[in-house]
Amino acid sequence: MADEDDLILSELDDEELVAQMFDDLYDGLRDEIMEATQILLDRGWAPYDVLTKALVGGMTIVGNDFRDGILFVPEVLLAANAMKGGMSILKPLLAETDAPRMGKMVIGTVKGDIHDIGKNLVAMMMEGAGFEIVDLGINNAVESYLEALAREKADILGMSALLTTTMPYMKVVIDTMKEQGIRDDYIVLVGGAPLNEEFGRAIGADAYCRDAAVAVETAKDWISRRHNQMQAGA
Amino acid sequence: MLVIACGALAREILALIGQRGWDHLDLHCLPAILHNRPDRIAPAVEAAVTARRDRYDRVFVAYADCGTGGDLARSCARLGVEMIEGPHCYAFYEGVAAFEAKGEVTCFYLTDFLVRQFDAFVWEPLGLDRHPELRDMYFGNYTTLVYQAQTDDPALTDLARRHAERLGLGFEHRLTGYGELETALARA
Repeated sequence: MADEDDLILSELDDEELVAQMFDDLYDGLRDEIMEATQILLDRGWAPYDVLTKALVGGMTIVGNDFRDGILFVPEVLLAANAMKGGMSILKPLLAETDAPRMGKMVIGTVKGDIHDIGKNLVAMMMEGAGFEIVDLGINNAVESYLEALAREKADILGMSALLTTTMPYMKVVIDTMKEQGIRDDYIVLVGGAPLNEEFGRAIGADAYCRDAAVAVETAKDWISRRHNQMQAGA
Repeated sequence: MLVIACGALAREILALIGQRGWDHLDLHCLPAILHNRPDRIAPAVEAAVTARRDRYDRVFVAYADCGTGGDLARSCARLGVEMIEGPHCYAFYEGVAAFEAKGEVTCFYLTDFLVRQFDAFVWEPLGLDRHPELRDMYFGNYTTLVYQAQTDDPALTDLARRHAERLGLGFEHRLTGYGELETALARA
């Protein structure tokens, strides 16, 4: 039996429920997020609206507080896990609806590196923002990236590294793209704890992304620049 | 000579000073927990060298790169002091070349220090004391915990094995001794 003080999510109006979802995401409550996601869908919300207004909105607050040193990695992981629960309900529905398609991103952790927490967060947030994600997983050699970019006709390459010993491999990938004359066919975004803007510039990436929220905004920005260039060139 | 070292090497350097009779070495350690914020290591080392170097003929920095992405090497070059070669202590305990040749990307390494301080330096900073369900998000891609033992201590080996079990990883005990920590200090 529910405790007297327990919140009954289905009794909240839409505005209160979304605010509660922000709190529950912040606290990493996966079951509550899944329940609330289903409630909004049952009330006739479009899957894309649930995703952007409730889940991505909530995760953006989590991301900002992580950036500002208020939240730490464990809390972000719990929040991401809660969002993943909501996404598991929304994903099949999003595929059926005409949610906006922003572009396609091939993403993976570089060769020699098996760390994927940041990469997975970026992939999830990008997916939430309407990007199609091809996740190559961990420990990717240059051939793996290039083959996937061509096969998937991707717009963006995302590379991640957690180690100072593996991050130079990003330059190997970019240099190979240059050698093959395909560097400018793709937007190249890089990220990972030991990287910074200077490193991103030095290796020839288009941008370094400090966190998942920045990756989403950067990707949107570069995609719209590309569209503008294509229109200007038409 | 002054050795400015990571706190994670304090016991080992003191042991070497005792074993080798290096009475000419003074040791000053910085907190090992700086490793959780590698961007703070180079400034901390630089401040420690600057504050103490006037009292010594020479200063040696007993750190490897330690995730500073070359910042520490640049600081040491600027200060005109030497440091240990290699990316981190796991590499210099085994020997940098041998370690790199192995390319064990799915191994998680513990030294004597980290076996003793596992909760304070691994378990708790990752939040696993509060949220053990996060374990596989952190360690799911690892296969083996390699205990690089500086000393042959059965109690520490048992403890390391238990840490491996807590992380859900296989276990390997590798007696490295002090490796290139010893040779670097002997040369300094």
